[in-house]
Amino acid sequence: MIQISKRGAVSRKRNIAIRLAAIVLAIIVCAIITMATTGTDPFAVFSAFINGSFGSERKLWIFLQDTAILLIISLAVTPAFKMHCWNLGAEGQVLAGAMAAAACMVLLGDTVSNGALIACMVIASVVTGAVWAGIPALFKAKFNTNETLFTLMMNYVATQIVAYFCVKWENPVGSCTIGVINAQNEAGWLPQLGNKYLLVIMVAIIMTVLIYFYLNYTKHGYEIAVVGESERTARYIGIKVPRVIIRTMLFSGAICGVAGLLLVGGIHHTVSTSLVGGQGFTAVMVSWLAAFNPIVMILTSALLIFMGSGANQLASSCGLNQSFGDILTGVLIFFIIGSEFFVQYKISFRKKSKEAVKNV
Amino acid sequence: MEKRTPTVKMRDITKRFGSVLANDKVWLDIYRGEVLALLGENGSGKTTLMNMLSGIYRPDEGEIYVDDKLVDIRSPKDAFDLGIGMIHQHFKLVDVLTAAENITLGLKEKYDLKAVAERVREICDKYGFEVDPDQKIYDMSVSQKQTVEIVKVLYRGADILILDEPTAVLTPQETDKLFAVLRNMRNDGKAIVIITHKMHEVEAISDRVAILRHGQFVGDMLTKNTDAQEMTNMMVGHAVTLNIDRPDPVDPKPRIEVKGLTVRSMDGILKLDDVSFTAYSGEILGIAGISGCGQKELLEAIAGLQPTESGSISYINDDGEREELLGKDPLAIADMGVALSFVPEDRLGMGLVGNMDLSQNMMLRSFRRGKSIFTDRKSPKALAETVVEELEVNTPGITTPVRRLSGGNVQKVLVGREISFAPTVLLTAYAVRGLDINSSYTIYDLINRQKQKGVAVVYVGEDLDVLLELADRILVLCGGKVSGIVPGRGATKRNIGMMMTKLGGASE
Repeated sequence: MIQISKRGAVSRKRNIAIRLAAIVLAIIVCAIITMATTGTDPFAVFSAFINGSFGSERKLWIFLQDTAILLIISLAVTPAFKMHCWNLGAEGQVLAGAMAAAACMVLLGDTVSNGALIACMVIASVVTGAVWAGIPALFKAKFNTNETLFTLMMNYVATQIVAYFCVKWENPVGSCTIGVINAQNEAGWLPQLGNKYLLVIMVAIIMTVLIYFYLNYTKHGYEIAVVGESERTARYIGIKVPRVIIRTMLFSGAICGVAGLLLVGGIHHTVSTSLVGGQGFTAVMVSWLAAFNPIVMILTSALLIFMGSGANQLASSCGLNQSFGDILTGVLIFFIIGSEFFVQYKISFRKKSKEAVKNV
Repeated sequence: MEKRTPTVKMRDITKRFGSVLANDKVWLDIYRGEVLALLGENGSGKTTLMNMLSGIYRPDEGEIYVDDKLVDIRSPKDAFDLGIGMIHQHFKLVDVLTAAENITLGLKEKYDLKAVAERVREICDKYGFEVDPDQKIYDMSVSQKQTVEIVKVLYRGADILILDEPTAVLTPQETDKLFAVLRNMRNDGKAIVIITHKMHEVEAISDRVAILRHGQFVGDMLTKNTDAQEMTNMMVGHAVTLNIDRPDPVDPKPRIEVKGLTVRSMDGILKLDDVSFTAYSGEILGIAGISGCGQKELLEAIAGLQPTESGSISYINDDGEREELLGKDPLAIADMGVALSFVPEDRLGMGLVGNMDLSQNMMLRSFRRGKSIFTDRKSPKALAETVVEELEVNTPGITTPVRRLSGGNVQKVLVGREISFAPTVLLTAYAVRGLDINSSYTIYDLINRQKQKGVAVVYVGEDLDVLLELADRILVLCGGKVSGIVPGRGATKRNIGMMMTKLGGASE
């Protein structure tokens, strides 16, 4: 007879122990699957995974940069999530911000000074990202529409707009892509700090600290928490719920806009429909896995990027299909999410008392 | 009668929830032809114990014998097969079906509504129920729904009936009716267990009383051999006084004047109809009524949370200046300098945030103070510490989420916060619902102290005995209308009960 019962308060130590155990178990299961299905030495697979992110100095920098971008997008969705407003539109909000930055580069690239251009790009991407999130927020606040569907649909709108401009501004003609913008004069390319990766990483670090304090120590953060926990309590103490929803979603979208700016101005210097590459959705997972804690999100975003680049590396170095890497990622995430159950509940086994007969 | 054998014997029953010991080696005997009152404070494990008998939980340890046979009750169905039926506090009926359809629901017998109705009528005639088998549930009053639940259990052949706080939702008249039926069933040889914490009901209905305290069995005795004082002492574990103070109002002045207040719900149902009254400073205005008669809407309208259709609500300050509260939200009311405190019915869903800790909950009222963008965390922490100390809140610390506290302690935190900013008006909705005796008296005491400070207290209550002892005046609501306002001193339960069910009460 298996009995499941809820645990009371869980100590921090036990919490961490359960999660570590889950990761160890996941690695063991991954090893077994690898051996059983491909016959490859699991250690070769693991080392390929590790090489994917830490194999060379360049790989390490790219790993950090990718983590930083994912982290910024995850930070962006977190205030909305904490308010129990399910913003699934980060993908579109980032893309909209990126498109705005690219548009500034294309249209103003030759006319204004680089400083003024970058200022324009910052404002344009932040505002566009905010508007992209603000539209669904306005409808939710005024008409109580479903923000999940609305933000999701806004993603497609953003993608189509980018697709349109990819054709309109195609370079070279016939490629249907914008190509690297301002490749000659590098107008609108964000300045480098030390190397070309560091700027994004610094922005992510600053953002993490800011969001952490915003959510935990400011009046706005407190309002977000109250609205998220109970709208009735919020109204009871006089919080204007629609205002908080709109404000928080605008903020959420604005940070997505920053991520778009960094992608275009700092990394790719171009825009395409696949620029964000699903990170707007991965961010949802990062935020949830970290229980909306910005500091923990550093770890969860790094973990997901690590698994992603590991899967790529696996595909090339062990001659396995990239899908195999996805399977391993899936196993790991399954165990991490599954460990939540064991943190919340305990399972005890008990013997059925022998003399008790079911009396019907 | 001396050497009776119990039909149910519960032996050494232990049940844990996490680290909480809900039942600790409890012994209980239930006899046929007897009404047993299971008495205990909240959280003493009464409902848990009975849930184990009715198959909702399984005991961690211990044995249950039914008619001297050891049984393993694994589901409500097992319980039914043993003739055990429980009537829960929250009814489990399908609204759009008729009584007969609900009664036969889930039974594997031939679906023949006529036969069902026939048997339902038989049961009703036998014990004196009044149920129309063809009436839809949504057309029924709370008391009728409860009757359907009881008939449902009897229909399934239960002869051991457990009722979990059945009177909480009933008017005094309905309670009398229920008790009459219970007596008929007892005389028919059924075993009846009634869970309650109201002392006068124990005295009115039960033959024997068993008392639980902190999950342990304290003792049982024949009701006729004991009295309210002794039972209370056993329940609480030490001697308590059962009188509620009612100091005379000091210098009452009009504070809140409600005129012609009309409120409709979202679906257009009239919730308050032309309600007018005045609440005075330094007095407690009790509000009585069957639940759902507009009490909630009335308080929320005053607090600025309920959209209204017409009427006015004036706040009159000490200098006699009037200000209109209607159409303002809680923030606007506070900005006007009106210190209005509100202890809502839904403590964790409205008054507090369950997942936040004590000091964060204290912050709810005060977090806007100051110009800084950051919240001030020191003063809420200090307030939390004061409340915990002064109101004797039982908590591991002020960083514990309030949802982990027991009902009484949650209420102390809420009331403590609401009275901390020196209100001039205090609105309370079911302030002692679900609270044990000790906590209830703490709350009465706090409310009385506010009254003596000159606060206008509006106290919505469900226990008429308490209202009659506590309130200076009692306003009775009936279907959203004011049925009458009577002085608390000298009012009778019978009279108030009549006014609750009929506008203006009986023509006495």
